Amino acid sequence: MTTKEKFNIVVFSGDLDKVLAAFILSTTAAAMGMEVKMFFTFWGLNVIRKKKMFSGRNLLQKMMSLLNRGGADRLPLSKFNMLGMGPAMMKVMMGQSRVPTIPEFIKIAKDLGIKLVACNTTFQFMGFSKEDFIDEVDEVAGAATFLNDVRQGKISYFI
Amino acid sequence: MIPANVKLDCFGLLCPMPIIQTAQKIKEMQIGEILEVAATDAGIKSDMPAWCDATGNEFLGVEEQNGEYRVWVKKIKNG
Repeated sequence: MTTKEKFNIVVFSGDLDKVLAAFILSTTAAAMGMEVKMFFTFWGLNVIRKKKMFSGRNLLQKMMSLLNRGGADRLPLSKFNMLGMGPAMMKVMMGQSRVPTIPEFIKIAKDLGIKLVACNTTFQFMGFSKEDFIDEVDEVAGAATFLNDVRQGKISYFI
Repeated sequence: MIPANVKLDCFGLLCPMPIIQTAQKIKEMQIGEILEVAATDAGIKSDMPAWCDATGNEFLGVEEQNGEYRVWVKKIKNG
């Protein structure tokens, strides 16, 4: 019995294009028999947030949550965002080529046994609670947990 | 053309979907069985041998005809 090779990726970005690359590599790694963990931090947390108007405990956190909206299907593009026109066009193009959407990729990732981890620190200072995140999230963890996975990992990326 | 036990249609799908569907399909198969994957994405020519190299399954070959690719994989082991 050989232990599986580990693939870890930090998803720091909440941009549709970068998150798409993260999911393509992660799901492929899982399909190649690797044990995969996706560690969502900072803007990347938007990928695994529910679509809620407000979250946070204090006024600043609530204001930030309004500006920095969560939801896997409403991520902006890192280029040519154009107030949302860019992502809308990109999604049409992706659909024409039958590229899965980010919500579809989350489902594929879970089917392949990929672990989705939310960063504890961002979670805390943004004032999020467990209820702000989708049920697919497996755990909330910190830097030491991730680095321990990286230490044992075969491949580790940051996007 | 290699006779296959199971066929998978990946026409119109881009990388990495043919590979992901291959991984899912081969899970349901028995060791020794052969899977035929049909695709239009040229990436499969190099991606499928790479996937076989990583997973320990056997790449049997590829055929190309009018922009359509057929690749054959023999299941060697589970997991």
